[in-house]
Amino acid sequence: MPNIQKLKNLSGKAHIVGVGESNKLGKVPEKSPLAHHSEAAVNALDDAGLQLSDVDALFTAGWSTLDVAEYLGIHPRYTDSTSVGGASFVIHVAHALAAIAAGYCEVALITHGQSGRSDRAPIPRNPGAPASQYETPYGIIGPPISYAMAARRYMHEYGEDRTRQAMAEIAVSTRKWANLNPMAYFYDKTTSFDDYHDSRWVAWPFHLLDCCLVTDAGAAIVITTPERARDAKNGSVTILGAGEGHDHSMISQMPDLTRAFGRNTGPQAIEMAGVSHSDLDLAMIYDSFTYTVLVTLENLGFCGPGEGPDFVASQRTAPGGDFPLNTNGGGLSYTHPGMYGIFTVVEAARQLRGQAGDRQLDKCDLALAHGTGGLLSSTGTVVLGAE
Amino acid sequence: MTGNTPKPQPVPQPESDRYWEGLKNEEIWLQRSVATGKFQFYPRALAIEDADGNREIEWVQATGNAELFTFAIAHIAPHPGFAGDVPYITALVKLEEDVIVPTNIVGIDPEPENLQIGMQLKPVFKHHERGHTLLMFTPA
Repeated sequence: MPNIQKLKNLSGKAHIVGVGESNKLGKVPEKSPLAHHSEAAVNALDDAGLQLSDVDALFTAGWSTLDVAEYLGIHPRYTDSTSVGGASFVIHVAHALAAIAAGYCEVALITHGQSGRSDRAPIPRNPGAPASQYETPYGIIGPPISYAMAARRYMHEYGEDRTRQAMAEIAVSTRKWANLNPMAYFYDKTTSFDDYHDSRWVAWPFHLLDCCLVTDAGAAIVITTPERARDAKNGSVTILGAGEGHDHSMISQMPDLTRAFGRNTGPQAIEMAGVSHSDLDLAMIYDSFTYTVLVTLENLGFCGPGEGPDFVASQRTAPGGDFPLNTNGGGLSYTHPGMYGIFTVVEAARQLRGQAGDRQLDKCDLALAHGTGGLLSSTGTVVLGAE
Repeated sequence: MTGNTPKPQPVPQPESDRYWEGLKNEEIWLQRSVATGKFQFYPRALAIEDADGNREIEWVQATGNAELFTFAIAHIAPHPGFAGDVPYITALVKLEEDVIVPTNIVGIDPEPENLQIGMQLKPVFKHHERGHTLLMFTPA
């Protein structure tokens, strides 16, 4: 089990000093996934006032760090290709914290790049994996169907109508945030509750507007020591708490379809940071689907099991509401190239540094970023603080 | 999409040959822990529940009695092999032996009102021309 006292000693021992996206998000057929990695890396390093030649640790998922480092022309002294779905990049933040504190490296670069929309170089599936035997032959393939089965079980346990209303609330509130973010895919397109309920079925009980976008995009994060963070060009963000883990791969092996692993990683990250839920000014929660947000709010401990629908009622998570959630517009309305987790950290860092433009929160001193990977399989949570 | 692309077929591994061979004979064979009596799905080389470190497994034929645990209705084919099947019902069913099995519900129209969680199900063995048999379910 994690040793929370040792983890508390690690709290604050590394800072995020740079974040960035690739130059263009959305439909970008003219760029490869590695091009997205490299653009985002350069942008994040520029944000930090650093160069590729300063980087001595590389973290990525979906690709091997061998390929990404070679493409960037760097020779890292610490390497981590932990790849457990979209949560990976949040987990990389925790790994970078530990590696920097231990002395393995000083400037850690986390990169992401995917052409989910244009389907360039998709990640291959393993034919020997159990899913290839037990789920794929039945057409249980990909996230929408798997998450839809989890959502249907939640409806059975906690009420179909109130679950449906909660999913609609999340779809509508997230779009309102996207309407404030010029980088968002749906920056110019508003959505209403009627639009939500009228949208076509993808995998019942999911409407189209329950589902994230499929885009081409990349992002990167630069992390360094507290000492070097003092020279950061645009300020820094302290990494205060972290947790990671997973409890299944296939959806049919999930121990409880209404309780993902955030039940462990959320409380751990918050305790390590030495804060409480009510101290947090912003929650960036991976929204592959509206249901993912609903169940994750409960798992992280913001409310109890089955209380999520009441927690998100009446557009409480929208701009102006008292629980700011997914202020970049999320995977639902900003961007989602396949493994979105890194973007939760990018937005949290921008809000904490006061660089979020029209969507900047009045007060943002503490933020939680949470990634979910696979089929509700893995989670990574970090708590970040303003300097 | 014409539906002419073949569906992906299962790729059995040595520890699951007995499961797939059983389905061909319209029998459901499951593993259980010798030490605890707890069943497990899918077949593995060891029991995932142990008692005093005993991870021995044995094979037992299941009754086929099942209930619906949850479901979804796929309206967009996630693979070209399923293009001719949408909408179709994907489900997780709980066997009498207390294991969850991923499957399809067949023999009813794919409408939410036709499916109640907890409804009793019985097995349907779908023999495929390429030699394997899939385990599906229909209302009992």
